[in-house]
Amino acid sequence: MTVRSRILVLGYGNPGRRDDGLGPAAAAAVEALALPHVTVESDYQLSVEDAATVAQHEAVLFMDADRSGVEPFHLRLVAPGEPVSFSSHSLSPAGVLRLAQDLFAARPAAYLLGIRGYEFDEFAEGLSPRAADNLRAAVEFLAPFLRAGTLGQGAGWASQPEASTAPSWG
Amino acid sequence: MVAATNGLKRIAIEPVTRVEGHGKVTILLDEQNRVRQARLHIVEFRGFERFIQGRPFWEVPVLVQRLCGICPVSHHLAAAKAMDRIVGVDKLTPTAEKMRRLMHYGQHFQSHALHFFHLCSPDLLFGFDADPQIRNVIGVAAKYPELAVQGVMMRKYGQEVIKRTAGKKIHGTGAIPGGINKNLSIQERDELLQDLDQMITWAHGAVKIARDYTLAHLDKLAGFGSFDSNHLSLVRSDGAMDLYHGNLRAIDASGKKIFDQVDYSRYLDYIAEEVRPWSYMKFPFIKSLGPENGWYRVGPLARINTCDYIDTPEADKALKEFRRATGDKTCNITMAYHWTRMIELLHAIEKIRDLLHDRDLQGTDLVVTGKRREEAVGLVEAPRGTLFHHYRVNKDDQVVMANLIVSTTNNNEPMNRAVQKVAQDHLNGNQITEGLLNHIEVAIRAYDPCLSCATHALGQMPLVVELVDADGNIVDVKTRGSV
Repeated sequence: MTVRSRILVLGYGNPGRRDDGLGPAAAAAVEALALPHVTVESDYQLSVEDAATVAQHEAVLFMDADRSGVEPFHLRLVAPGEPVSFSSHSLSPAGVLRLAQDLFAARPAAYLLGIRGYEFDEFAEGLSPRAADNLRAAVEFLAPFLRAGTLGQGAGWASQPEASTAPSWG
Repeated sequence: MVAATNGLKRIAIEPVTRVEGHGKVTILLDEQNRVRQARLHIVEFRGFERFIQGRPFWEVPVLVQRLCGICPVSHHLAAAKAMDRIVGVDKLTPTAEKMRRLMHYGQHFQSHALHFFHLCSPDLLFGFDADPQIRNVIGVAAKYPELAVQGVMMRKYGQEVIKRTAGKKIHGTGAIPGGINKNLSIQERDELLQDLDQMITWAHGAVKIARDYTLAHLDKLAGFGSFDSNHLSLVRSDGAMDLYHGNLRAIDASGKKIFDQVDYSRYLDYIAEEVRPWSYMKFPFIKSLGPENGWYRVGPLARINTCDYIDTPEADKALKEFRRATGDKTCNITMAYHWTRMIELLHAIEKIRDLLHDRDLQGTDLVVTGKRREEAVGLVEAPRGTLFHHYRVNKDDQVVMANLIVSTTNNNEPMNRAVQKVAQDHLNGNQITEGLLNHIEVAIRAYDPCLSCATHALGQMPLVVELVDADGNIVDVKTRGSV
């Protein structure tokens, strides 16, 4: 029987600012898949304690809204980087990974899913129709990889232009 | 009014680092590099009170959490307390009140831990003038790895308390008008008890670090960004510190009471807000003293000053030690915020311990109803200070008025004074260095401001400091790494 790797899916953003809620919405969609080897977390922003959660998993997928990137979504590899930011409010995926590495000696494979959004400026709930379509496309793409526990592997994954540099698993 | 800038040089620190949200400091220097003006500007627009109008009142405790991703729980509870009164409830069931208190103390614990270990410890451990390459959380992790791990795990513990009381970390729905929508299961209680002793041990350690640092540097810290001020907070009817509920007490710089045991629903009889053209954040003041003399501080330093005692034994012991060390009188030392914040951290975890052993948390009587009212105020002592939520609701159950005075807004004038004092003491006549500019940020950081909260903003910006001469020419530029 295939042993699936433990995956953390972490969606972040503010659902009260329209498409900024794409991250939490994506997390909710993944949670609905009810995959036992996938931990789903959702929050307004990344924070220092996420480093402890990241350190407990073999792979992590950060999910966030993207204001200007490729439609409908893009995937890229994330490496530990400098977490220095002007506040804990804006800790980046690279910063979380750096803390996981430095504090807990953990270095999981890590990816960032940026889902293209369009409406960010008003206080309002609910995704714009185009953002909702992009979310559906992203979840359709991810679901097989998450079910199989093969995040970062396979030809389908490599067909994503930015994810083609993903390292080998394990 | 904006000061005349003829012949003055302008330095801008934007954004201020290692605080929550986005603020900007501007300093005007004359030709001899003397400080003529120093201000903390909040540059993002505030709009939440408008957004909430027209929404059904029962949505408010959940909706207000959108206001700020840093302290959603504080807003959740302040709004819930107001909505309790809207539905005619003045007293919750024991289970409901204790669940809310547990949530609140979880919030205090994680917020204070995050601020101390992640935001301000680099300055305290390495010095205000240390190389910025190490004066950050990675520098702390490299040289004091145990402390860095403690900070992360204490923050995580507080968030786990919140998750089990609010229902989830995001969109928490635990507090509803008139009560709570879940109790604490035995399993949830046992999960939280597992790491409790470790958290108490670490909280003691944090108090020791803050205390030892303050006492070792008291000569330097006593005057750093310090000034006499009034102080405001909630206190219990017997004068004890109470972070969740109480009456308003204000004292002056010497400890003399300005007003005491005021029902916070009457706050408008005692507090007013002034608007100034150069900032989107307002300036609250005590009405009887006027805007010039009526400004006040809130938060840990104010709460330690206003309370008569703390009702948990270890924190009360720490309070007494603090008072002995500061001369048994009201403390106006700005950097003492860090020590007092850690005393509150210890108090919060002691309260969590007491509540986790209280079987009322497993009770099933969760909600009370009463006779509907049209206007109500909810107040809590959020980690950063006194938080006011005031609402009016029409007969169609819609919110028609919302007024929020958030903790950081209460500290607006004090933060400006701290900036002014530090700029005058440390920048006059000196060459402008990054370390000197960090002195200004250290003074602001002591207040643990949530600038996002005060203005409900989003956004990020790399830090650029420009020195501009009176003709508008850029003389020098310093840039932090972009975020």
